[in-house]
Amino acid sequence: MRDVAVIGMGITKFGELWRSPLRDLHAEAVADCLADAGIERRQVQSAWIGCMSSGLFNGQEHLASILTDYAGLAGIAATRVESACASGGAAFRAAWLEVASGASDYVLATGVEKMNDGADATYCLSTAADQEYEVYHGVTFPGLYAMIAKAHMHKWGTTREQLADVAVKNHRHGALNPKAQFPQEITRATVLGAVMVASPLGLFDCSPVSDGAAAVLLAPVEVARALGKPVVRILGSGHATDTIALHDRADVSRIPVVQAAARRAFAMAGVGPRDIDLVEVHDCFTIAELVCLEELGFFEPGKAAAATSAGETALGGRIPVNTSGGLKSKGHPVGATGIAQIAELYEQLTGKAGKRQVKDARRGLAQNMGGSGGSCTVHILEVSR
Amino acid sequence: MISPRYHREIPQRYRLEAGRCADCGEIHFPPRAVCRKCGARESTTVVLPNRGKVVTCTVVDIPPAEFDDQKPYVNAIVELENGVRLTCMVAEAPPDAVDIGTEVELIFRRLRCGREWEVLQYGYKARVV
Ligand SMILES: [Zn+2]
Repeated sequence: MRDVAVIGMGITKFGELWRSPLRDLHAEAVADCLADAGIERRQVQSAWIGCMSSGLFNGQEHLASILTDYAGLAGIAATRVESACASGGAAFRAAWLEVASGASDYVLATGVEKMNDGADATYCLSTAADQEYEVYHGVTFPGLYAMIAKAHMHKWGTTREQLADVAVKNHRHGALNPKAQFPQEITRATVLGAVMVASPLGLFDCSPVSDGAAAVLLAPVEVARALGKPVVRILGSGHATDTIALHDRADVSRIPVVQAAARRAFAMAGVGPRDIDLVEVHDCFTIAELVCLEELGFFEPGKAAAATSAGETALGGRIPVNTSGGLKSKGHPVGATGIAQIAELYEQLTGKAGKRQVKDARRGLAQNMGGSGGSCTVHILEVSR
Repeated sequence: MISPRYHREIPQRYRLEAGRCADCGEIHFPPRAVCRKCGARESTTVVLPNRGKVVTCTVVDIPPAEFDDQKPYVNAIVELENGVRLTCMVAEAPPDAVDIGTEVELIFRRLRCGREWEVLQYGYKARVV
């Protein structure tokens, strides 16, 4: 297999973008990405489009056709990829495989979701759980993560205050990100005083309902070198699945699919958690950030909460987590999230992250997760200058 | 909920019918075409015990629209006496009466009314013993 690099990124503003249709959101991210890469439209051979549920949110399927057309790429090979909230990560992996295999040289990995379009977002998202044996019984996504949180608190003594500190930290980071949906700093009191969604998770423990798109362009490393820019190589890619129903997993305080994907990515990369300088994790809920950090091996089980409250995962801390603001503050247009994480790593590793820059960042890890942990991708990127 | 899909799940929802693998004895709820443990394709029908304990739970304050008339409600993962786990609501109890380890039994209840053109939807809920 060939070594593959990310050679450009584009990302739209995330938020409630009522006046932006799905097709234009995607087109904007692609146009920004190609401009950033310095690559002509006609050079692009293929696109992998991550999107969870345009059929339910917008009544629109067949994205390969409509989104390439409106991006000015009509005619290229394109495939929509769906793995719930891990759709973006799965699209990125597919694009990586296409370039690594030698089949194509310039391949887009994009992600998009337009969630504010009139549909019942809670229902649309719930289809990522078991329709007949979870959703039928009133389960929601906040409810599933609340049950994980309850089990984690019971097992490790994790507190609501510690969960709140995840949101406070991610909003502090997001306040430095011009693309973030909620770039406001918040306090512990804001989180703890918010209306309950599914106990123990309140409104500020939950990522928002968002519109947005992101795109990255992949090419062989030799092509990236010829561009004369820092080369951001894909060092490791891991992908795993688990049962869709939370109740079918032995320990509901854990999300084992994250560990499975991480092991594969670390094995391929030949590095471990200690070699990583920054991390983007799938903080769809505050508890998810803590559990994912533990499953990824950055902390021992049960130890991520205290470390977060001590500032270890903040900008300037031992291992900065979600410098973009994470799903919580930056926003979570589900299909776009996995690509937006890669875009953040690309900006950080090329030194273009502005006020949220992690000094001398050399390696970054992105973890993108579907459902309550039914699927997960982990990617490790490394820059060389 | 469209009725073909509803109809298909009735043996599980009304009668707690599970599948037992003819080769290795693994119990699946719902029954599966292929055993998750050994891959065998033959199974027999068994009925689940209706007593168990709460593994984890939550109080849902913001539900999808079709459950709005029942909020707030308790959702729980229940481990039955034979080790099978399922997700359900816990009925007829104030939210703070349900916790990890609470003993419950499964009962037959209406789960939701659905929209006006849809079938009434029934199934199991748990009740604190
Ligand atoms: Zn078997």
